[in-house]
Amino acid sequence: MQFKNIFKFNGGVHPNENKSLSTSLPIGSLPIPKKLVLPLRQHVGRVAKLKVKPGDQVLKGQIIAEADGNISASIHAPTSGKILKISEEILPHPSGLPDFCITIEPDFKDTWVEKKPISWKKLDRSKLIEALSQSGIVGLGGAVFPTHMKLKINQSQPINTLVINAAECEPFITCDDMLMRERADEIIQGALIAQTILDAKECVVGIENNKIEAYEALKKAAQKTTIEIKVVPTVYPSGDAKRLIYLLMGIEVPKEKRSVDLGIQVFNVATVAAIYRYLELGEPSISRVVTITGAVKAPQNYEVLFGTPLSELIVAAGGSSNKTKKFIMGGPMMGFDLPSIHVPVTKAMNCVIESSPELFPAPKPVMPCIRCARCADACPVNLQPQELYWFSKSSQLEKARDYNLFDCIECGCCTYVCPSKIPLVQFYRYAKSEIIAQDKSKEAANTARERNEFRLARIEREKKERAERNAQKALGANEKQADDEKKSTIAAAMERVKQTQQENIKN
Amino acid sequence: MFTALLVMIFLAVLLGLVLGYSAIKFKVDGDPMVARIDAILPQTQCGQCGYPGCKPYATAIAKGEADINQCPPGGDTGAKALAELMGVEFKPLNQEHGVQKPKSVALIDESTCIGCTLCIQACPVDAILGAAKQMHTIIASECTGCELCLPPCPVDCITMEPVLENSQSWKWKYPVYNIQNASGA
Repeated sequence: MQFKNIFKFNGGVHPNENKSLSTSLPIGSLPIPKKLVLPLRQHVGRVAKLKVKPGDQVLKGQIIAEADGNISASIHAPTSGKILKISEEILPHPSGLPDFCITIEPDFKDTWVEKKPISWKKLDRSKLIEALSQSGIVGLGGAVFPTHMKLKINQSQPINTLVINAAECEPFITCDDMLMRERADEIIQGALIAQTILDAKECVVGIENNKIEAYEALKKAAQKTTIEIKVVPTVYPSGDAKRLIYLLMGIEVPKEKRSVDLGIQVFNVATVAAIYRYLELGEPSISRVVTITGAVKAPQNYEVLFGTPLSELIVAAGGSSNKTKKFIMGGPMMGFDLPSIHVPVTKAMNCVIESSPELFPAPKPVMPCIRCARCADACPVNLQPQELYWFSKSSQLEKARDYNLFDCIECGCCTYVCPSKIPLVQFYRYAKSEIIAQDKSKEAANTARERNEFRLARIEREKKERAERNAQKALGANEKQADDEKKSTIAAAMERVKQTQQENIKN
Repeated sequence: MFTALLVMIFLAVLLGLVLGYSAIKFKVDGDPMVARIDAILPQTQCGQCGYPGCKPYATAIAKGEADINQCPPGGDTGAKALAELMGVEFKPLNQEHGVQKPKSVALIDESTCIGCTLCIQACPVDAILGAAKQMHTIIASECTGCELCLPPCPVDCITMEPVLENSQSWKWKYPVYNIQNASGA
């Protein structure tokens, strides 16, 4: 394979791939577990609205929680069974905090609801997007952004290029690789559907040159189409959407702009395959391919129903081979330690790595920053990680923001190359979440100020209105008094006239 | 020499006119200092500082009548920011005005509430919903946690509930790592 028309980005690293661990076996399947735990929040945006109550019977593929608004995704029952409870359970999230989940007790019959494939070629675009908003499909590369939103077209900027992200640059992860090897047709069909919906002129698949079999499979599947399969060099993080756009097209997406503003949309291979399955087969998003690898006895990829407890997946992979019981979700560069092995598999879970002292030796002692700027050479986003580190470390958050902290993609290249072994990304994550929290409380303070000012103005207005009313009333009373006085004067005068008349008569 | 004098007079008149015009045209309404101080204050509107709200306190600071360390919700961080803005020495929070508490919101025990509307009248940000002889409830997202609704309640049915961290509001912690013995490294 040779690279044609490839634009290399600055920096990046090349860590040990460790991908062959989990590619020797085909994608396996798991038996239906005894219970499925489905978090209501598995996507970016608003939490899904509950549609079931404990005790309800559900069928496979039935909506159990509905998308709430545009930026949200539905959740479907991964198998048929009974809703056991709706409760707070621990999620696969770095915080280890619980959130609301639906627990399903499967009946092991695996009965589907009536599958309704959609004749997408005949449907107009807005109807199609509305149908997809019920599909539960989110970005399966890890960003979990609701897919139907990404298929909407902005009138002022049509989409020219659809990029299919097949780079999968993180070490250990092979779920996309295996999916491409085994289901290349679904991916290509899905890409064609997405291209049609987006009305994109061209469609490019970007794949790293370490996935030869997947490349061959895609090439074969795409033979009779106009889809171009482009090979990119194996450099981490080429799978970052904006890096991949640069590699393929030489276009740098400017700060604070999205690729759609430049007429480029990016989908992960697993996402387009899910679009194909939903539209052509009528199957919503109820499972995904997950890599279980690392120190487990039999690393492999599995098609796993959402909600399956991670412990079942570990058992399927031959169980843990060491006593540490430390598991990482995602890759070794960007992943995080899971709080427990009893968390459910979610839409975001692409890979679980069992950690071991051999694979991930304990970090060496942290030394002071020696200002070597190796991190700056490695940064694929062209930031100055050392500056960001100093500002974050001393909590000079505004300064960190000025140095474009929020352009950092937390890829971990800087931490990887740091000779002083400083956990740089942890500092950026800390600074980012601190700034976000500060912004939120600032916003809340502004609302409180507005509401307080409005209340004071209202009280003032009411006071004025009352005063006016009172004044008017007083005025009315005065007039009446004046009237009375006039009347009594007239009456008195009449009286006098009468008296004089009577006196006159007497006289 | 005469020309020089003329030039200077001309310049003086011209600049005077420009300055005079801009003084009218770009007149700043209100004290900009008050707005800047008010922006730092947390807008809890709790009155613990001794003033009836955040803005009156900001006005008092701007006038030099109040100290910078009287705001318990703002805490030491707020006092620090105020000290920096005012160009004065930082003072830790004056405990006489209260202590900094974790952010909480009021919660009405709806079965005890008699619908007297006293708390509604006390709330500085209109965050309580209800009507006379009807049950009241707090709009939690708008509540600043000022506690002003607690004293007027005749049946003591309002409590302050601390805002717990959830997976959405959770923050990455400041990285800490052990410093190891140099000989062991």
